[in-house]
Amino acid sequence: MKPKNGGRTSTVTTRTRRDWEENTLGHALGKKPERKKEFTTVSNLPIERLYALEDLKGWDPAGKLGFPGEPPFTRGVHPTMYRGRLWTMRQFAGFGTAEDTNKRFHYLLEHGQTGLSVAFDLPTLMGRDSDDPLAEGEVGREGVAIDTLADMEVLFKGIPLDKVSTSMTINAPAAVVLAMYLAVAEKQGVPLEKLEGTVQNDILKEYIAQKEWIYPPVPSLRIITDMVAFCAERVPKWNTISISGYHIREAGSTAAQELAFTLADGIGYVQSCVDAGLDVDVFAPRFSFFFNSHNDFFEEVAKLRAARRVWCALMRDRFHAKSPRSWMLRTHVQTAGCSLTAQQPINNVVRVTLQALAAVLGGTQSLHTNALDETLALPTENSARIALRTQQIIAEESGVVNTVDPLAGSYFVEALTDRLELMAWDYIHRIDQMGGIVPAIEQGFPQREIAEAAYLYQRQVDAGEKIVVGVNRYSEGDNMKAPTLKIGAEVEPGQVARLETVRQRREKDRHAKVLKRLEHTARTKENLMPAILDAVRAYASVGEICDTLKTVFGAYREGRVQL
Amino acid sequence: MSGERKVRLLVGKVGLDGHDRGAKIIARALRDAGFEVIYTGLHQTPEMVVATALQEDVDGIGLSLLSGAHNTIFPKILRLLAEKTDPDIVVFGGGIIPDEDIPALKRAGVRQIFTPGASTQDVVEWVKTNVPPRRR
Repeated sequence: MKPKNGGRTSTVTTRTRRDWEENTLGHALGKKPERKKEFTTVSNLPIERLYALEDLKGWDPAGKLGFPGEPPFTRGVHPTMYRGRLWTMRQFAGFGTAEDTNKRFHYLLEHGQTGLSVAFDLPTLMGRDSDDPLAEGEVGREGVAIDTLADMEVLFKGIPLDKVSTSMTINAPAAVVLAMYLAVAEKQGVPLEKLEGTVQNDILKEYIAQKEWIYPPVPSLRIITDMVAFCAERVPKWNTISISGYHIREAGSTAAQELAFTLADGIGYVQSCVDAGLDVDVFAPRFSFFFNSHNDFFEEVAKLRAARRVWCALMRDRFHAKSPRSWMLRTHVQTAGCSLTAQQPINNVVRVTLQALAAVLGGTQSLHTNALDETLALPTENSARIALRTQQIIAEESGVVNTVDPLAGSYFVEALTDRLELMAWDYIHRIDQMGGIVPAIEQGFPQREIAEAAYLYQRQVDAGEKIVVGVNRYSEGDNMKAPTLKIGAEVEPGQVARLETVRQRREKDRHAKVLKRLEHTARTKENLMPAILDAVRAYASVGEICDTLKTVFGAYREGRVQL
Repeated sequence: MSGERKVRLLVGKVGLDGHDRGAKIIARALRDAGFEVIYTGLHQTPEMVVATALQEDVDGIGLSLLSGAHNTIFPKILRLLAEKTDPDIVVFGGGIIPDEDIPALKRAGVRQIFTPGASTQDVVEWVKTNVPPRRR
């Protein structure tokens, strides 16, 4: 089509960037310099004054963007994205006893939440029972305490497991907790192939960032591959690993490090399963991801878009997966807990809103929004509801869901997406040269990179170079007090007593026999899952099962930490 | 040996809590400020921390706690210190500790608690003023 005004617009379009820089910009800068010499993201990535067509030189929209639901999935994994279905609003919950958490689950389901998400307490996460000496003071504090199948039965009481999808944030003892969930389903009469949900089951990021480990990396990967193989056959709708950058970011990494180390962990799992003889197109579609959404809006959007592009290339070109479902990076996102402030906590609602919006514009499949009081304690019912409402306002009122990948084609967003992609590849190649993610972890490489970034950021905050509203700037005013949730002192002794009752009541011979069989299986190359299932059905505790495996696999100890 | 001895500090993580970003940042900031710093690493018991503190002959112990177990762990460390040594070792800490728990911890003998948002300078300055080298 010819432009109606013939050639007249060309006088406008021939003005070059240099013309603009020399005249309009030069004039403006002459009158008033910019506020800072350098503008950077929260991760210290330098950002230019202006992005324009020349920043995307050689940029090929077909290769870099494609279409939604098609490789390289930069624009999202579904053709219609949120026009077809909104993201899953999945608020993480768990505290005190199984009974307390069960009540919270019923409350959240009644308020429109569409998926459950279970937080476990530290002893459970570390594979220890509530009466373990190291568990003292920690039972039921940061999540729900689960010792045996009896607790799991209470946790899901009145919740039909074929009607909900359940995400369980558990890693080192994930196989045990999943086995308990399967056993509850059996008792409810729900066939395993109907179960939907996720276990985090990402041990590599534990060594890198969250530090909740039990066994050394190699046997840990064996347990994971066993679970992946078992689920592929028996629980086909279960998402077996949620490869998590969230904790890497919370440990102080940059956005690029979060992206790169998470993808490197993903490579580690895929390689490990391929090495075990599994078909990549059978297990890879059940791997999902879990990213953080931090304060720097466009950096977060670009990170999620870059993640999909890199994963697609890895799965297609490195692992030769045939099915496009294996190439898709599906992800959950949680807003950044570490970005919230104890000072003026109501401000956190605003931070969470921006972070949640970035996750949505980045094309997430599910989202947890943090509650405003999460730096102080576990959320109260009221603050948890505000967090859920934040997502509902974005979904129902803001209009950002009306079109797919609305930021595509922005010079800045595309340039930043490319930049993060390049930074991720650079780290991935360095880790390849170390022999993969396990040797890299053993050498402390990702750990050091993250500690370095965390220290730099803290120095910048202390020096006032990075602004945290209400903390190092605008700190005057009311430190609005938020009421916090208290975990009663009775939780720990109560849980210890319940565990003791189960120990008294269970069939002792059967219990001894299943643990013996488990130990034997661990020494062979047989899949561990059936033996673990038998153990939980016999009411063996998380601690007993993990200790049994420890006698074969050993316990992990962190090497000397360099300051 | 001559001149004033450098103040020696133990930075510790007790219990199952693996959040070590803060502990490592504080340990490094204290070291950069000229203190001798020993970092315990993760998953220590109160007994292990006290044993290390005595073995390393430290002047102060800084504990980082984000798991909610502070009301159990701080008093236990203070009790163990009181049993095993002269109570000159200054115990301080930080992490996710609700304001309303702080008075009781201070009454139990924790000298200072730094909550989220405290800067590394705040900690360094406080240690300079409040943790003297112990007489030996």
